[in-house]
This record gives sequence, structure tokens and C-alpha cells, in this order.
Amino acid sequence: MSEPSRNDALEALASSRWRVAAALTVATLVAYFGFILLVAFNKPLMGQQLIPGLSVGIVLGALVIVTAWALTGIYMLWANGRYDRALNPLRR
Amino acid sequence: MNPTSTAGSQLGQPNATAILFFLLFVGVTLAITYWAARKTKTTSEFFAAGGGVSALQNGFALAGDYMSAASFLGIAGLVALSGFDGLIYSVGWLVGWPVVTFLIAEPLRNLGKYTFADVVAYRLKQTPVRLSAALGTLTVVSFYLIAQMVGAGNLIHLLFGLSYEVAVVIVGVVMILYVLFGGMIATTWVQIVKAVLLLAGASALAGAVLYRFGFSPVALFKEASQQYGAQVLAPGTLVSNPLETVSLGLALMFGTAGLPHILMRFYTVPDAKAARSSVFYATGLIGYFYLVTFILGFGAAVLVGRQAITGVDKGGNMAAPMLAEVVGGTGFLGFISAVAFATILAVVAGLTLSGAAALSHDLWSSVVRKGQAPEHEQLKVARLASLFLGVLAVVLGVVFKGQNVAFMVGLAFAIAASANFPALLLSMAWRRFTTQGAVASMLTGSFSAVLLIFLSPTVQIDLLKNTTALFPLKNPGIITMPLAFFVGIAVSLLFPEKESSERFAEVKHRMHVGAGKAAAAPVTPVPSVSPGAAPRPTATKA
Repeated sequence: MSEPSRNDALEALASSRWRVAAALTVATLVAYFGFILLVAFNKPLMGQQLIPGLSVGIVLGALVIVTAWALTGIYMLWANGRYDRALNPLRR
Repeated sequence: MNPTSTAGSQLGQPNATAILFFLLFVGVTLAITYWAARKTKTTSEFFAAGGGVSALQNGFALAGDYMSAASFLGIAGLVALSGFDGLIYSVGWLVGWPVVTFLIAEPLRNLGKYTFADVVAYRLKQTPVRLSAALGTLTVVSFYLIAQMVGAGNLIHLLFGLSYEVAVVIVGVVMILYVLFGGMIATTWVQIVKAVLLLAGASALAGAVLYRFGFSPVALFKEASQQYGAQVLAPGTLVSNPLETVSLGLALMFGTAGLPHILMRFYTVPDAKAARSSVFYATGLIGYFYLVTFILGFGAAVLVGRQAITGVDKGGNMAAPMLAEVVGGTGFLGFISAVAFATILAVVAGLTLSGAAALSHDLWSSVVRKGQAPEHEQLKVARLASLFLGVLAVVLGVVFKGQNVAFMVGLAFAIAASANFPALLLSMAWRRFTTQGAVASMLTGSFSAVLLIFLSPTVQIDLLKNTTALFPLKNPGIITMPLAFFVGIAVSLLFPEKESSERFAEVKHRMHVGAGKAAAAPVTPVPSVSPGAAPRPTATKA
């Protein structure tokens, strides 16, 4: 592979990595601050019990934790798979 | 000397099982330290365990670094006393981890060597950048250490009945032994052992609680709401000012990505792939731990009772140990107490090591000796720096006895988010970033965070007993982090630096491809980091 095309390929890969990273960061921000703002502005909703003992707030809080983990998992799968496979020929 | 006098409780008494488990932990970890000391002959082994830690091991070690006694005992106590609100904390402490994964972990692994300053200084002028980065690191580490040491003194006093000073000295001495002799190899294994113990202890405790409720958390929550009213399942008084909460949230979220002792752990794994996988494991372990802690808090409220908990400690910190005694007797109490002690030891060891890296690698090797220090001298300075910081931690712990230092962890996160994170991100993502921009951003972040916390209600009203505070928020993240970004960008645009933008291509290449093709690290190049090289000789197996 000639130098310029290698550089172009790396450039494209680099921007795809930043795009994925930025999108997932925004998703994390939305999940977390969505939860916080609901806590701040809609306490009655968060206190509502879906079944006796289980409030909307507890479910959403636990969901944010699980979502945060799932998002890191999505990133890891993408990066360890597609991204690394595309990157390998660029390594020497 | 014993602070507690709850009828029938062994809490605060010198408890045979607690002492036995504690001695066992210290014995095992010192044996690991002895083994690690024989493998620690270079700075790479001292600061980065030779890069030979596996992704799963590093995941546990990251979790070990992050899960402090404050989060275990503190969050369980908060949930026990105020129910749902504790979950808001747990969520906040966790959400920084995805950000670390997406933005920081692998570029850091590919670009740096021992500290985050390696990355910021990569294409910039070494001396000014290293000086400001070391300032940011040492401020974060000092505040975090003070909070941990004071917490350690108080907790051990409550748990074992030892005097505060004795507790602080014991923590200091054992921690110094780990770091001084075993470096990162010993510290990593101490974190792993501690993380396993803490997760196992918390899980066993939660299991014992849930056993009484047919293994249904919902049945437990229902019982709590019958005892204390439905408000335990709803937001309470913790979030009364949304702006305040958002500010704290920002500091927690981006502060995690600027904590020196966390960032340092990414250099212990062999490559970027292991770096990202290790954060995935760590996030899972920490998230699980927080969910379990939430159950422990409710368990303590129902089975121990709020009155009994606040009778021992107003802050509720003894909720989890008291719960252990109720469900498992003195033996279980002893085990949980020893786990809490081990937790503190491991966290302060990690902090001390990252501070020592800033002192010896950033200040001594790069600034004073301009990268010319021979290996044996670097290692000697690294050990001296660890000893100095360890002694300093003990002194600070004693000096701050009886002070309310809870705000210092929040402060450490605010500084990390404002001083370290913006410069780190800009240096990796923005071509036109310059030396002056980096220095201005890091100094602005550090000083504005410290100043605004000094002017905040926490210090002005709670500590200094003034009636008003100049700055209305307890956490300044919402002001200081954007400010640090703004200053870094503005100063870079005002004073362009040709060399820095020209070298960005090299940074970009190395950031993605790894250390193979591009030039080696700017200071003291390591020949051994080419990705194709054979696995480096280190401590992967116990």
C-alpha cells in the first residue's frame, strides 16, 4: 500500500472512531442527565410504584447503571471487532 | 476508647475474627509484595507493572482503585437513612466510566508511558506542560488522600476501637510497604485481592439479606416502605437544586476521566484492546457493586433500623457492618470490617503510586533531568517519592483529624474534571492545541476549582461558619470545566505553535496504531513497546 492511501485510510478510521466515541458519550450524557432532571423536576413520577415496593425511580436508576455498562460493551465490541480489523493492515 | 455502646453489638470492640481476617489480608498482600519486589527492577515495572497485566486483571484492579470504603459504607448508610437518594449517588459515581472508555482509555494507552502528562506533553514543550500537569495531579491526589486517610482513621476507630492516630499510622505503614517495595505489580494485586473480597463480602451480605425476603429485592423495598413510608422509594431532599446536581454530575462524569490513579492503570495492560476491555469489566463490576450496595442499605434500614444505625454513627457509615452482625453474627461482622480496612489500604496505595509517578517521572526525570536520568536513578527517585508521599499522607491524616473532609473527594473530582480532563482531551483531539493553551487550561482548571470551592457554601458556611457564601454552588464543575476548555482553546488560537500542529499527524498515527511505527515516546524512549513484540516479562500469573 502506498503512503498516501495508508494515511487516508487511517484518517477515515480515526474519524470513524471519534464519531462512534462522541455518539456513545452523548448517549451516556442523555441517559444520566435525563435521570437527574427527572429526579429534579418530576419527583411524583419517580415515586410512583409500578408494583408495591418498586418505584419508577428505582427502575430508572438501575437502568441507567445497566445502560452505562451496555454502552461500554457496545463500544468494546465495535472497537475490538470492526475497528481493529480495519486497523490491522495499517500496523506494521 | 470504644465509641459504641449498642447493647449486644461487638462493633467497635477488638473482635477476634476481624483481627484474624485483617492479619490474613495483610499477610497475604505482604507476601505478594515480597514476590513483586523481586520482579520490580525497572521504572516500567515500578509504574506500569511492565505492561503485563491482562484486561480482566486490570478490570478488577480498576474496580479496586475506584470502590472506596466511603462508597461501600457511605452509600449503604445513605440508602439506609434516606432510601432512594442513595441511588442518585451510585448512578453518578458510575457514569464516568463509559466516558473513560470512549474518549480516554485507548489513546492514553497508545500515547503515554506512566502518567497522563506523557500524553499532553507529547507534541508540546515538556517543561511547562509537565509542571502544570504535575500540579493538577498532586492537587487531586492530595485532596483524595486526605479524604481517604481521615475516613480510614474514623472508620477503623469505629470498627476496631483503635485510636484514630494508630489507625492512620497502620494504614500508612502497610501502604508504604506495598508501594515502596512492590510498586505497581504489588499495588495491582492488592487491588485485585481487595476487589474480589469486597465484591464477595457485599454479595454474601446481600444474599443473606435477600434470603429473608424470598430472594426478592422488591419484597425488601416493600417492607422498607411499610416501615418508613412510601417516600423511601422516591426522591427526597438530596436533589433540591437542579443546577447543583448537574454541576456535581458533570464533575463526577468527567472527573473520573481525569483521576491520575485511574488513568495510570491503562499503562499496565499490553495494548489498546486490553485497555478498552478492562474498562468494560471494571464498569460491570462497579455497577454491580453499587446495585448490591443499594440492597444492603435497604436491608440495614429494615433489619437493623435507622435509630440503631444513627445511634452508632450519625452519618450512617456503620449501616453495612451492623447489618453483617445482624444477619451473620460476630464472625461476619469481623469479615466485613476487615474488608473495609483492606479497601482503604488498597485505595491509598494506588493514589500514592500515581502521586509518586508525577513527582519522579514528570518533575524529576522530565523537568529537572530533561530525560537524561539513568534508569537506576529514576527508580530510586520513584521510591523516594513514594516514601515521601506515604509519610505525607500519614501527617495529613493526623493534621486533619476531626475535620469534615467529605467535600474533599468532590473537590478532587472537580479539579480532575477541570484541570486534567480538558487538556487531555484537547491534546488528543485538536490539532491546533499549543503549549501555552495547555498550561493555561490546566492552571485555570486547578485554580478556579480550588477558589470556587473555597468560596462555596461547603467551606464558607459549613466549615468557616459564615452566614453567606460568595459562590452559590457546592460543586463548581459546571463553571470550571467549560472555563478550562474555553481558556485552552482561546489561548491556543491567540498564540499558535507551528511545531505542535505539525506533529499532530504523528500523534494521530500513534494514537490509533500504537507505538510501533511512529517515533517512540518523547522522553526516555522505551524500545520494548512495539506491538508485535513478544509478551513482556511480568507478573501475569500469581
